[in-house]
Amino acid sequence: MTTATATAAAPATSGIRSPRRSTKARLPGTRRSAYLGVIAWRIGVLFFMPILWMLLTSLHSETDAATNPPSLFAPLTLTSYANFFGAASGATPWPALINSAMCSIFSTAIVLALSIPAAYALAIRPVRKWSDVMFFFLTTKMLPMVAGLLPVYLIAKQIGALDSIGLMVIIYTSMNLPIAVWMMRSFFAEIPIEVLEAASIDGAGLLLLFRRILIPLASPGIVATALICFIFSWNELLFASVLTSTSSSTAPVFLTSFVTSEGLFLSKVCAASLAISLPVLVAGFAAQDKLVQGLSLGSVK
Amino acid sequence: MTAISDLTSTPHKLGRAARNPRNNSHETLTRAAAWARRAPLLPALIFMIVVTQLPFVATLIISFIHWNALYPNDINFAGFGNYVAVFTDPTTGGSVLTTIFITVAVVLISLIFGLIIALLLDRAFWGRGVVRTMMIAPFLIVPVAAALVWKHAIFNPSYGLLNGILTWFWGLFGDAAHAPQVDWISSQPLGAVNTALIWQWTPFMMLILLAGLQGRPLDVIEAARIDGASTWQIFRYMTLPHLRPYLELAALLGTIYIVQNFDAVFTITSGGLGTANLPYTIYQTFFEAQDYGQASAAGVIVVAGSLIVATFALRTVSSLLKEEKP
Repeated sequence: MTTATATAAAPATSGIRSPRRSTKARLPGTRRSAYLGVIAWRIGVLFFMPILWMLLTSLHSETDAATNPPSLFAPLTLTSYANFFGAASGATPWPALINSAMCSIFSTAIVLALSIPAAYALAIRPVRKWSDVMFFFLTTKMLPMVAGLLPVYLIAKQIGALDSIGLMVIIYTSMNLPIAVWMMRSFFAEIPIEVLEAASIDGAGLLLLFRRILIPLASPGIVATALICFIFSWNELLFASVLTSTSSSTAPVFLTSFVTSEGLFLSKVCAASLAISLPVLVAGFAAQDKLVQGLSLGSVK
Repeated sequence: MTAISDLTSTPHKLGRAARNPRNNSHETLTRAAAWARRAPLLPALIFMIVVTQLPFVATLIISFIHWNALYPNDINFAGFGNYVAVFTDPTTGGSVLTTIFITVAVVLISLIFGLIIALLLDRAFWGRGVVRTMMIAPFLIVPVAAALVWKHAIFNPSYGLLNGILTWFWGLFGDAAHAPQVDWISSQPLGAVNTALIWQWTPFMMLILLAGLQGRPLDVIEAARIDGASTWQIFRYMTLPHLRPYLELAALLGTIYIVQNFDAVFTITSGGLGTANLPYTIYQTFFEAQDYGQASAAGVIVVAGSLIVATFALRTVSSLLKEEKP
């Protein structure tokens, strides 16, 4: 996407702006533009610096990481990653990572299974007052999740669902469903009406319509929705830290307990943070071109 | 290419015609058709109602009960006691103010940064894709991991990056021993939390504003430029008005997420040094003080407050969606 926009936008802008350059002074314009480019680079590097620092620290030994001034050119080592994955202490992050993956994947699957039909009923064959329904979904997103923490805890305790993957899946489904409904509706609303009319004239049934037309045409949107739901579930800390303990604690919870129980190991903290962020980085860059649409609940394309 | 999709435009009306002939003999048929129409929506709707409204009813009930899990034999009806306790508790007022301060500061500053960066990225320059990717990256670090790294690897007084840079800089003048070493988190606790949050949320604002910028009518802007409008005039009178709905949307969404922030406060300061915001305070009342009644009352107050904010916000969203109707 990045390259696509860059290449697509570059000829367009240069094509439009070139007359100005030829009429006015050519050189100052280019110089100013190059100057602004340098500023953009500097800001980009500044924002990327903490991540670069994280990466560098994670690749240093603990003693090299804890020097002041920083020793930038210390020898690189993967020890911290090995330690994070349990080489020294034996406490592996794998159960937590697997729990996180299960919570995120299952909840995302349920979110899709619920939001795709709902989006159909909101965009393709809309129910009456469909916009009220949309706003109901949005309002649930505006209520702070923390207000539901206690009753969820008490109900889960009552029915013995504390510290279970199933409970977290339900929580994350409710957390992401409004986002997914808004996103999916906007993707379905983009499908040209002619295509749908042609299908209905041809007498395509509902299942056929979904399988042959809606799902394939909206598939980039569905993938983006899934990736964003995955990211939000993977990142969640508050509910996971209250509702899970030993058997189903997720990666962010593991990360917090890891730091407090292991003392301060700077390099290991950086390695752990990067390792746990890796799935999100991958998912985020994969969904880059749809990220805006997802984050704005489908209202900005 | 870019447009704020408008909710007010009617969606596809496939099969609307079939519903129109509404006479008595067809009434049962149309009712069945209406239910057939609703059917795909119901699972999602019922799920959301159950998981969001039921806990709220429970919160409402518990908020009127005097219930501290540490004293399990002392559970009784409290009337408005818990609400009085929440309102008279000095920490509540403090955490409300902290929440407002964090939210306003983070949303405003990251919005301004996001705007500047979006304007820079909207121009063609060498390596634009790389810069854009670097800019997005902070948003794709797990929030609690980002907070940990800021706390330990950057703000740490003895070997964090910031003090390391100060030592290195003083070292250039041969005076490394006298470099100022600031205890960033203790001296600027709110600043530390805000910095980490601004770092994570600027990319979010930038992405939405960049999408807005790319939807600008370039021909009109070019015409204005030929007519002699200065860059500042174009920005002030053309770009900014065009961006307004996007700025509002970014601010609204940022507010929704940052009001609820828990990870940064929990990780960087553990709610100490006056950084406890509402989510953290509720977490603490519930988890450490085990005062279920009071935590619920605080929850009800937060929900009521959010509903008021949300009503205004929704009005903004819907007016914004109407404005953009093509």
